[in-house]
Amino acid sequence: GGGVKRYTSNTNGGPVFVYVKDGKIIRITPIDFDEEDADPWVVKARGKDFSPPKKTTVSPHTLAWKSMIYSPNRLLYPMKRVDFDPNGERNPQNRGISGYERISWNEALEIVANEIKRVKREHGPGAIMNGSGSHHTWGALGYWLSARLRFFNSIGWTPVVHNPDSWEGWFWGATHHWGQSARNGGSEFYNLVEDCLQNCEMMVFWSSDPESTSGVYGASEGTIRRQWLKELGITLVHIDPYYNHTVGLLGGKWLAPKPGTDSAMVLAIAYVWITENLYDKDYIDKRTTGFEKWRDYILGKEDGSKKTPEWQEQETGVPAKDVRALAREWGRKKTYLAAGGIAGFGGACRTATGTDWARGMVCLMAMQGLGKPGINMGSMQQGTPVDTRFYFPGYAEGGMSGDIFGTGNFLNLYQRMPNIVTMNTVKQGVPRLKIPEAIMDGHCEAYNADATTIEGQFIPLKYPTPGYSPVKMYYKYGGSHIGTMVDTNRYINMYRSDRLEFVVNQSIWFEGEAQFADVILPACTNFERWDISEFANCGGYIHHSFTQVNHRVAVLQHKCIEPLGESKSDIQIFLELSKRLGLGSVFSEGSTELEWCKRLFDGTDLPHNIPWKKFLKKGYYVIPPLPEDRRDPVSFRWYADGRPKDTPEPFPAPSDYTEEYRMGLQTQSGKLEFESSSLKRYDPNDPERPPIMKYNPAWEGPHATELFAKYPLQLVSPHPKFTFHTQSDGKDSIINDIKDHRILINGHYYWIIRINPQDAAARGIKENNLVKAFNDRGAVICAAQLTERIPPGTVHSYESSAVYKPVGEPGKSPDLGGCVNLLTPSRMMIKKSHGMAANSCLIEITNWSGEESV
Amino acid sequence: MKKWHLIIDVEKCVDCNNCFMSCKDEHVDNDWPGYTRPQPRHGHRWINIMRAERGQYPLVDVSYRPTPCMHCEDAPCIHASKGSITKRADGIVMIDPVKAKGQQELINACPYQAIWWNQEQDVPQKCTLCAHLLDQGWKQPRCVQACPTSALRAVCADDTEMSRIYTAEKLEVLKPEANTQPSVFYKNLYRFNKCFIGGSIAANQKGIVDCIEGAKVTLLQGKDKLTETLTDNFGDFKFDQLAENSGKYVIQVQMPGFPAAEVTLELTSSKNIGTIYLS
Ligand SMILES: Nc1nc2c(c(=O)[nH]1)N[C@H]1C(S)=C(S)[C@@H](COP(=O)(O)OP(=O)(O)OC[C@H]3O[C@@H](n4cnc5c(=O)[nH]c(N)nc54)[C@H](O)[C@@H]3O)O[C@H]1N2
Ligand SMILES: Nc1nc2c(c(=O)[nH]1)N[C@H]1C(S)=C(S)[C@@H](COP(=O)(O)OP(=O)(O)OC[C@H]3O[C@@H](n4cnc5c(=O)[nH]c(N)nc54)[C@H](O)[C@@H]3O)O[C@H]1N2
Ligand code: SF4
Ligand code: SF4
Ligand code: SF4
Ligand SMILES: [Ca+2]
Ligand SMILES: [Ca+2]
Ligand SMILES: [Mo+4]
Repeated sequence: GGGVKRYTSNTNGGPVFVYVKDGKIIRITPIDFDEEDADPWVVKARGKDFSPPKKTTVSPHTLAWKSMIYSPNRLLYPMKRVDFDPNGERNPQNRGISGYERISWNEALEIVANEIKRVKREHGPGAIMNGSGSHHTWGALGYWLSARLRFFNSIGWTPVVHNPDSWEGWFWGATHHWGQSARNGGSEFYNLVEDCLQNCEMMVFWSSDPESTSGVYGASEGTIRRQWLKELGITLVHIDPYYNHTVGLLGGKWLAPKPGTDSAMVLAIAYVWITENLYDKDYIDKRTTGFEKWRDYILGKEDGSKKTPEWQEQETGVPAKDVRALAREWGRKKTYLAAGGIAGFGGACRTATGTDWARGMVCLMAMQGLGKPGINMGSMQQGTPVDTRFYFPGYAEGGMSGDIFGTGNFLNLYQRMPNIVTMNTVKQGVPRLKIPEAIMDGHCEAYNADATTIEGQFIPLKYPTPGYSPVKMYYKYGGSHIGTMVDTNRYINMYRSDRLEFVVNQSIWFEGEAQFADVILPACTNFERWDISEFANCGGYIHHSFTQVNHRVAVLQHKCIEPLGESKSDIQIFLELSKRLGLGSVFSEGSTELEWCKRLFDGTDLPHNIPWKKFLKKGYYVIPPLPEDRRDPVSFRWYADGRPKDTPEPFPAPSDYTEEYRMGLQTQSGKLEFESSSLKRYDPNDPERPPIMKYNPAWEGPHATELFAKYPLQLVSPHPKFTFHTQSDGKDSIINDIKDHRILINGHYYWIIRINPQDAAARGIKENNLVKAFNDRGAVICAAQLTERIPPGTVHSYESSAVYKPVGEPGKSPDLGGCVNLLTPSRMMIKKSHGMAANSCLIEITNWSGEESV
Repeated sequence: MKKWHLIIDVEKCVDCNNCFMSCKDEHVDNDWPGYTRPQPRHGHRWINIMRAERGQYPLVDVSYRPTPCMHCEDAPCIHASKGSITKRADGIVMIDPVKAKGQQELINACPYQAIWWNQEQDVPQKCTLCAHLLDQGWKQPRCVQACPTSALRAVCADDTEMSRIYTAEKLEVLKPEANTQPSVFYKNLYRFNKCFIGGSIAANQKGIVDCIEGAKVTLLQGKDKLTETLTDNFGDFKFDQLAENSGKYVIQVQMPGFPAAEVTLELTSSKNIGTIYLS
């Protein structure tokens, strides 16, 4: 009424109603379901019925979208750097300095199309590099794994190859003990909520703060389920250097190891179990291999050092008595291990010892009988009894990309939504963590993160590939890397070199890397275009990720308003460039964005349940949960019972079973391997990744003696609670007003760094003082928050600032924006990987007096 | 007559700020004529989330207390307003955006600091309980709708029903001494206005230090025994809901097979007394 129309859309933090009046968005709310929507599931456990409310929840960043759409930092028209002339002086050294002028779309598209042609003509295939963030505005069509791939595959490109950032230690480590490669080494999670409510007696949150991270994309859906844990009186333990928001809400015992030392605690827990007979010997006999080797190492038979709780205390700083008490309780009780915000994440997996930690998580569960009732992995964040059989693709299934090899397209979507296949003919890639080295040194090396099988990660990724051109043009999609990659002054210095002949940035907001481009193409948000998607369904590496939510919700994302200014949808931008390259109908197949939505809709199971017209009008459909007797089997129960695998996932591939199909795990023995056969086959003498999990002190941490003397504070930089990475930060978003996000001092919103009062006192630092956090890699100005939530010696500041605002010369002066990743190390977590160890970072902090130098 | 109330459970608040964000989403850039002018993009906190940390590493807890206008029965802001602030029949206290123009002094009239000055619009502003939405038939205000933990509840009830809830749920109000009779009630406010004494019990047995589970810990003040508890498997104990600056306390620890121990302390604010070793 009142001229107000209610549309639907979807975000990284849940689906929403969007209220529009006179072509302007006036409010964005969570979705309250109506009478005709399906009722929620009920879990019966311990004499009670547990059922979630009939509505969706959202994350705080979702509620900030209106302020992000109408942000003064929106790019509203194409721009060109004032001293960039594609036919004359290009002045690459002035990137980030010289400023921009408005140009027409015609001019912008002409420059970009001509540059695409020119670099291919002058340098040959491979000269164009493109990369995006790991995330995007929500929607299966608009996603970076969809339209963007279709376009770049059509022109031939050197892709920026992602490291498995969310998983790191799990991918490069845990995989070798239990397979799970298709999940990047993470756990599966079917029907765990029911099992946990019925059987679990204790939950150990280890590097896990789902109340801040929502698993991933899970809005606040898991919160009520964790409140049930509290209601049931389940024993809770939290192992995290920060007294995080999950322990803050739920309570329980808090143990705060020094960052990157967790693997010592793992060994000590196993030591107590071994010496006090608190592990599952029958399971070890039947379901595992290599236990004796690990046991002997733990008992000190290999290196003469017993991995006792006292031994770990020297490393972790956590009292031996507490670790012994934890181990005993865990051994006695049926325990869920919540390792990471979803089992397969966790800040600890992004340390120099991340592989050891993740390996340790699997080994500990193997000792306790993974898969038996009440013994599993997770934090109630995943495994709700929703219907996993109803088909709707996640964004990683590639939308309209037509890319069968580079996405999860082959799984289901391609067969269901016929479209022209696209394929990149450039067999060259640049590892994301080494983009600066690729450009500045002309060569670099890392390892492929091929998740199809365990051995996929042993294949080196070398740049350049023989016969291809080095990268000359960087077409950057989004601009997050200064806030999200590691040792990021490297990226800034790269932008300012003449080795990149041309840089174009396609972004929604003027922030981060956008300010280093020659030409800027303004994209619109998903509220300004059509799309289609499902709540928390990313697919790909998190197959069935929607079991994080209480109700599966498929959403038709309405074009709520016209694109602001002259901004255009990414799809439209790619289409117009395609037209200039003779690729117009190859790109669009003659379909409009809304028609693509319909094509995707027709490929899902939705048409059986709701007609297109109704879906289009109502905007969403709640996929009903299965009746109780048809719920999925519990993850790993089949394994514990010695039955064929019965959980609904299509991996491992048939060829990856050693003997009979569906019998056993992906490992060579088909069992949980304490001593890894894949590592034995590949490199049994690698000291960083030996066949059994061992304690390796972090290369940046208290054992790095010289560095530690100079920079005695260990910085952890976890995922920001209030913004989804860089997406909702900065840009004058209302998120900036959140007290625990940024602090307004002298007219600028400063990023927060959290420090124990003792460390602060020793440095004369008081609450809200502006401080300089620094090391040899750079300096960041933050506002200090004094708190007992972090132990002395450790400091805490979230990663992913969207704002990069150097005091002086870019890349060489302190940053007022809060990009703490300027300080994190770029060394690979282990040499044979492509993995970041951002949480192994030594710094010093002093009060800041306004000086410009680092 | 039924009136609107908010019930806020401090123990359930996880500092997600969904309430704060939805309040801004509803009021920033939106004019609700007859209710309130647009809220400025930054600076106002119509629902102000306060943080309280108690204790010392590693025995700490943290709590959040969302604080909107209390929609008082006896509102000092109304008395100070020369008619520009009124209480509606449904309990909502409203600042008339036209009549209150220029009345900057009103921000000092509220004992809860719930009124904010809008420089641009030249008006004082505060939480309207989303009256413009309730009047359109919304069942709850924006902040309540967006709260994932049920830390916020909106209750429309008459006085008898509300006083029943008040007693049944052990509700409290902020600053009772201000005598404004708030319509906003709190649960578990002790996390803000009371403190705890916590600690750990351990013993060295044959060279190994272990946590002592099941030790009896007694809290005394002078000779009065106040309460007792048993330590958990980490040897931890916690006495909560003690008044700040409440003087000298004695803690006695007993565990069969170990010598008793006693600690005395002067309580100012929440205190982690550390580990007591029984040997
Ligand atoms: N220190 C530290 N660093 C970390 C981590 C850590 O734990 N500690 N975690 C790592 C992890 S797990 C991750 S996933 C990465 C994330 O790092 P990134 O993926 O780099 O971060 P995002 O902010 O998600 O980047 C998305 C970018 O895409 C842009 N974008 C979004 N939607 C659109 C769109 O519709 N069109 C266009 N054109 N652009 C769009 C956004 O504006 C943004 O610039 O960070 C990693 N970095
Ligand atoms: N609001 C919000 N939600 C998000 C994201 C976001 O940016 N914002 N990002 C999403 C993405 S892409 C991902 S991958 C997930 C990430 O999810 P996670 O990887 O689970 O999240 P993190 O915040 O990196 O780490 C969780 C906890 O690990 C702790 N930690 C750090 N180092 C160590 C250590 O050495 N040892 C131990 N024991 N603990 C440590 C941190 O203090 C933190 O509380 O979150 C997703 N959800
Ligand atoms: S809380 Fe303050 S502004 Fe609200 S009614 Fe009471 S006195 Fe008035
Ligand atoms: S009731 Fe409405 S105006 Fe008041 S704090 Fe909540 S959202 Fe803001
Ligand atoms: S929405 Fe609820 S849980 Fe979140 S901060 Fe507000 S009151 Fe607390
Ligand atoms: Ca057990
Ligand atoms: Ca295999
Ligand atoms: Mo991630």
